[in-house]
Amino acid sequence: MKRRISWDHWSAVLVLVPSLAALGVFVYGFIVWTGYLSLTDWNSYIPNFHWAGLRNYVAVFETFRFQSDIRNLIVFTALFILGCLVLGLFLAVLIDQKIRAESLFRSIFIFPMAISFVATGVIWSWLLNPQTGVNLILRALGDTHPPQWFLSTAIVPSIPLGLIQVGIPLALVAVTLAAIWQMSGFAMAIYLAGLRAIPDEMKEAARIDGAGAWRLFWSVIFPQLKSSTVTAVIILSAASLKVFGLIYAMTGPGQDFTTDMPTLNMFQTTFQGSQFADGAAIATILFLIMAAFSIPYLITVLRREEEA
Amino acid sequence: MSIKKRAGMALASVLALGTIAACGTQPSTTSSSPANGSKQLQIFSWWTGVASSKALAALNTQFVKEYPQFKVINEAVAGGAGSNAKAVLASRMEAGNPPSTFQVHAGHGQLYSWVQAGDMSSLNALYRQQGWYHDYPQSLLNLLTFHGKIYAVPVDMQRGNVLWYNPTLFHRYHLTPPRTFTQFFQDAQVLKSHGITPLALANHGNWEATLLWSDVLLGTVGPTQYDALLAGHASWTSPGVVQATQTFTRMLKYANTDYTALHWQQADQLVAQGKAGMNVMGDWAQGYFTTDLHLTPGTGFGWAPTPGTQGTFAVVSDVFGLPSHVKNKTATLDYLKVLGSAKGQAIFNPLKGTFSPRLDANPKAYDAYSRSAMQSYKRDKLVLVIGQGAVNPGFTNAVNNAMEILVSNHNVSQFVHSLASAAQANPLP
Amino acid sequence: MVAVRRVRRTVLYLVLTLFAGLYLLPVYVVAVTSLKTGAAIDLAHMWALPRTFSVGSLGAAWTQLGPNFINSLYLTIPATVISSLIGAMNGYALSKWRFRGSNTIFFLILLGMFIPYQAVLIPVLRVLEAIRLDGTIPGLILVNVVYGIPITTLIFRNFYVGIPREMIEAGQMDGAGYWGIFRRIVLPLSASGFVVAGIWQFTQIWNNFLFAVAVTTPPHQPVTVAVVNIAGSQTIQWNVQMASALMASIPTLVVYILLGKYFVRGLLAGSVKG
Repeated sequence: MKRRISWDHWSAVLVLVPSLAALGVFVYGFIVWTGYLSLTDWNSYIPNFHWAGLRNYVAVFETFRFQSDIRNLIVFTALFILGCLVLGLFLAVLIDQKIRAESLFRSIFIFPMAISFVATGVIWSWLLNPQTGVNLILRALGDTHPPQWFLSTAIVPSIPLGLIQVGIPLALVAVTLAAIWQMSGFAMAIYLAGLRAIPDEMKEAARIDGAGAWRLFWSVIFPQLKSSTVTAVIILSAASLKVFGLIYAMTGPGQDFTTDMPTLNMFQTTFQGSQFADGAAIATILFLIMAAFSIPYLITVLRREEEA
Repeated sequence: MSIKKRAGMALASVLALGTIAACGTQPSTTSSSPANGSKQLQIFSWWTGVASSKALAALNTQFVKEYPQFKVINEAVAGGAGSNAKAVLASRMEAGNPPSTFQVHAGHGQLYSWVQAGDMSSLNALYRQQGWYHDYPQSLLNLLTFHGKIYAVPVDMQRGNVLWYNPTLFHRYHLTPPRTFTQFFQDAQVLKSHGITPLALANHGNWEATLLWSDVLLGTVGPTQYDALLAGHASWTSPGVVQATQTFTRMLKYANTDYTALHWQQADQLVAQGKAGMNVMGDWAQGYFTTDLHLTPGTGFGWAPTPGTQGTFAVVSDVFGLPSHVKNKTATLDYLKVLGSAKGQAIFNPLKGTFSPRLDANPKAYDAYSRSAMQSYKRDKLVLVIGQGAVNPGFTNAVNNAMEILVSNHNVSQFVHSLASAAQANPLP
Repeated sequence: MVAVRRVRRTVLYLVLTLFAGLYLLPVYVVAVTSLKTGAAIDLAHMWALPRTFSVGSLGAAWTQLGPNFINSLYLTIPATVISSLIGAMNGYALSKWRFRGSNTIFFLILLGMFIPYQAVLIPVLRVLEAIRLDGTIPGLILVNVVYGIPITTLIFRNFYVGIPREMIEAGQMDGAGYWGIFRRIVLPLSASGFVVAGIWQFTQIWNNFLFAVAVTTPPHQPVTVAVVNIAGSQTIQWNVQMASALMASIPTLVVYILLGKYFVRGLLAGSVKG
């Protein structure tokens, strides 16, 4: 008996080997390659592996554009994840009420995900163009000063730090709206899968009409959705760090770089500016930021799980 | 239990479908194995639009007619001003797998950078053999020649310094197309007083404002000083650049405010609809006016050189070269022969809405606008456009970045200083 | 009590319909634009229905997208299935057969999710060339499967954490081994997991543009490349772009509807009882 269990554990290890090998090359190998590149002088079409030390990092950090990118990334990620989770959970709970035409509603809410980022970007740049789009409707409803959406260069509150103003760029909020529209359906799907895994008896207990249903939901149902929330947060934060196509098609870097992102900066630096080492430095910083935020978070989550 | 069973069956059917699809890919990949790769010609460009893809297809047909042993693969990749195409090309070049030939703008931009990197072969022998030294103006060939060697063949010609205007509006308010900046601001004032946006501006792609600024710079300092700046022989903080940038920021005050949201076509649409009076854009705009909006040159839309640039033609020319590491040089050279020939260009250009840069090109094959542009091209001094292949990619990117800040804060001195430091980091030419 | 319930249901459907309307608003603009003629597209009238319906752009889109559709199916179906299966096997190993270092391995796999694709374009092409898969659909499948492993592993691991330990132990009592438990107990419970992983992977791979355009060459290019190409570089045709984007999203919608069926209530509860 005992020997078989250990053989089963070996199976588990063996199953993981191919994945680890593939990721070893395509993720960790390439990170090392990118990291090495970022320490060289390769800043034109002529490959130049002369050692540059941290010079490229200093140069990148000293730009207004990159400092704006960091601010934008943090603001975008926070608003985007929060928006998707709240909306996704809300819609999932509504759909889980044994409704009619469930599949219709479900499909409508996930459908935005199916439309390519490029088309989404174009459409939302029309919808949120202050001269037309949504503002046509708002004006018809009597709003004489509709929002400037992604053309606003305002940053609230604007606290000077380094070369930039720190705060929430209003233009970025408009971009976040488009991103939430596109991805909240996926958060809904994750929560729905989680809700469907909860035994009906438990849900019935929480659904008992009258006072306390709200509290019961948060104290009984929501804790059951913890692993769904973790899944959603990790996937959405990865999507947010990598956001590119949507912004590229919707606003580009934006006036004063109010809607710029590190990925956009990296792409233009590398392929339009042919500054490969600077681009690699941006990519490396992006990866380090991600690690700095996610490693402590993941460790706590995994540790708590182990205790449970 | 039945639910479990159904889920299992669904899974099995998805699996089966996947296996079928996976098997289906096998024959298609072996059929195009590199065995017949030497007979294949990959033409890399960003020509995917209706007119340009039609023109390219016609050119490829002509090539296959003359050289039936080859098969042409059109590897066009779309993206504003070739942004995606440049990324894919750079990746493939760096991975040592270049296409047979690729589109690039004439000048000291990307083309010169690839030459410097040793990735291009010179074409002097081809030019001699085809007699092209006499078929193209020397001033154009100078833009393709580095250190005495010529590296590319031009296929078309476009102009970057054109002011488009609405003739109906200009007639109604008794305006003439501005020849100087003073006249421009006078016209702008009149239009503004009638509630019309004087200058339509788009800057969604982050290169359109740079194009306008480049034209203002050219009109302010003149072609000689402009060339000196691009060649790295003059300072970017010199009074001429400062004055031009001030003029540029003053022009922004007469422009629509939503330019970040607009693509260049939408700016030209404002002019066509009479909502705006003028727009500065390369003459690819004329294809949009005539083909998409069905307007007649002269009555539906008018044009003039941008203020201060009479007698100067800002070149945006698509050229093709011979990558050094290409597998079959003969194939590429044969393609370039057709691409540079009078016949090839006579087929290509009218379809694309551009004109042939050859001296023997027949003006009768082109419409009113192109004929007038052709005349200027043969007569005027040729210069390059910043952001359209004039200067190295690093500098261009820095200008575009500085521009995003300038259009927002109008800080001229900050702008010229970032240009100066960009020129230091990315030596010109 | 019945009346209260009826009011609640009405409010529920009202809220759902309201949100559905909001979600469909942009889709409406896509659809309306795709039915307009090029010259009729004007930001000031974006909400208006086309005066003359033109299916020209739909036709133009279809003739150009057709062949690329097949490529996309060859690409997306195997890549989605393979990466989901790998994810299921990894998730099973990592959640039900914990061993020393299994969390570290999970963590190393997870980090792969955060790599920005733009940064690895050049090395990806070099590796594919070295294994002679450059320019082909199998090469693109490989890339998509590898970069899909972290996300599918995460989805299945966190999904399988919810399967009670007693069920695995019951399987062991019955004499089932590692694979027997996976096949007979875990896999049949995985429908919702496959829905989530499948939706994500299918959408991501179907819509991925950067790898598609860099890895494959014509005629092997998937539909995303065609959608972008069809719109043009210099003069963008909005109607054709919207028509092709809409058309290209239909297979994904079909997948949502097909997979959505397996969001069946009480799957897990039922099997625990049975």
